Amino acid sequence: MSIAALCFYLFAICVIAGGLFTVISRNPVHSVLWLILAFLSSAGLFVLLGAEFVAMLLIIVYVGAVAVLFLFVVMMLDIDFAELKAGMAQYMPIALLIGVVLLMQFGMAFGVWQASEQAEALRGAVTPTDMHNTAALGVLIYDKYFLLFQLAGLILLVAMIGAITLTVRHRKNIKRQDVLQQMWRDPATAMELKDVKPGQGL
Amino acid sequence: MIEFFTTTTLGQGLLIIGQILLIIVPLLVALAFLMLADRKIWAAVQLRKGPNVVGAFGLLQSFADFIKYIVKEIVYPAGADKVVFLLAPMISLVMALIAWAVIPFNDGWVLSDINVAILYVFAVSSLEVYGVIMGGWASNSKYPFLGSLRSAAQMISYEVSIGLIIIGIILSTGSMNFGDIVRAQDGDYGLFSWYWLPHFPMLILFFTSALAETNRPPFDLPEAESELVAGYQVEYSSTPFLLFMIGELVAVVLMCALVSLLFFGGWLSPIPGLPDGILWMVIKMLLAFFVFALIKAITPRYRYDQLMRVGWKVFLPMSLAWVVLVAFLAKFELFGGAYARWAIGG
Repeated sequence: MSIAALCFYLFAICVIAGGLFTVISRNPVHSVLWLILAFLSSAGLFVLLGAEFVAMLLIIVYVGAVAVLFLFVVMMLDIDFAELKAGMAQYMPIALLIGVVLLMQFGMAFGVWQASEQAEALRGAVTPTDMHNTAALGVLIYDKYFLLFQLAGLILLVAMIGAITLTVRHRKNIKRQDVLQQMWRDPATAMELKDVKPGQGL
Repeated sequence: MIEFFTTTTLGQGLLIIGQILLIIVPLLVALAFLMLADRKIWAAVQLRKGPNVVGAFGLLQSFADFIKYIVKEIVYPAGADKVVFLLAPMISLVMALIAWAVIPFNDGWVLSDINVAILYVFAVSSLEVYGVIMGGWASNSKYPFLGSLRSAAQMISYEVSIGLIIIGIILSTGSMNFGDIVRAQDGDYGLFSWYWLPHFPMLILFFTSALAETNRPPFDLPEAESELVAGYQVEYSSTPFLLFMIGELVAVVLMCALVSLLFFGGWLSPIPGLPDGILWMVIKMLLAFFVFALIKAITPRYRYDQLMRVGWKVFLPMSLAWVVLVAFLAKFELFGGAYARWAIGG
């Protein structure tokens, strides 16, 4: 077995184990940690596919930022997850039923799936052979589909403004630190030197 | 014999393990002396002698510390999550070490010459925060938890500006490979061809962000002794604590390597005519480390709100504006193409 195949099985097992334990662990923080393992392993799978740029972005965005915030929130929450999971036995049969139905539907859909012989040629973005795939992604996003990229950015901006408007709260009666004001404080006006005589006080 | 190492799976595996050891062993040995240098510089600034008992000039101090750490007992706090508690320092060290896989020490002297090397380092350094968060949470204690929360916010904030600064360098080079980045800095003017001159404002920002990213003073809020005792490290003892310490210092040395690769031309010689080589790389890293140590000795700690303010309201807009500016300067090849070295890099 080559090293690449070995790595594939290692990463694949880690993804599946990570996903499984994310669902079944009792401690929510452990769930997030397993989720991070799943993210990292799928980044490894991307590298094996030759999509190293996507792999690195997956780690930077999902593991480095999103999962940290996840962990942050989950650690701060004080929820009794055992209590939440108490009704699990009650809902198990119906959950299993839905799961089996979904699985069968997917099975039927993929069972009759047949890729056309022209499918590869008909794809909008054919993998280029004369440049790194990072550069190829750049050409696609910033040259070919520039307008769509800008629109996606606009949607994100709207979402961001929405989130900020929903959560921002201006509180009037709290003390705020004004750094510039602190920096411009002058000893002459902020301090007063007094010559205290012994035994008299101020 | 050569066929064994180049063709068979076992041989290739052994070769890679050998190369990994070739990087890690000198790094860890150098670390022992860098830790001593750190303390000596700190002491010299405060007119003290520093460690001077173990070995000549205290040269063996780090090794004595090492033995002291590993023979002590590991104490688990009551109610601690043992697995995560032990996992945290390991992650801290491993994440700091694996980033070295893509750092070139000389032309072609690199374990893995991948074309997204700089993104890889960025990704790995963004993972270092997990050691801190997990350590703080698993300790089941208030000070470590507060320290880890602070640290999570701090490291994420400064990663953003580091990322934008790196984008400026990538724009100028047209490549994410460290070898290409260094070769793009090769020019007729020796040290004036390096990126520190055209990207000078970003050098200062990068250095400051590196201090914050590695939790070094003046931004060592996660472990602020005066308020949090030692932050996420409070409950740690023995080898796990040692792993945290080594991980932190390896991350610092990694930042030194990054500064010298991105801004100071890596292995290139500063004077045209002198031969390039690993010696220059080491000298640049040591100089960067000296500045790191000096900053630790001479600056007071920042307040937390000041730290966040600087990160989000000063560094982020500045580095973002610089990306736009560099993109403009590179596109129109102004200043004699100092910002557009794609011919060499890409």
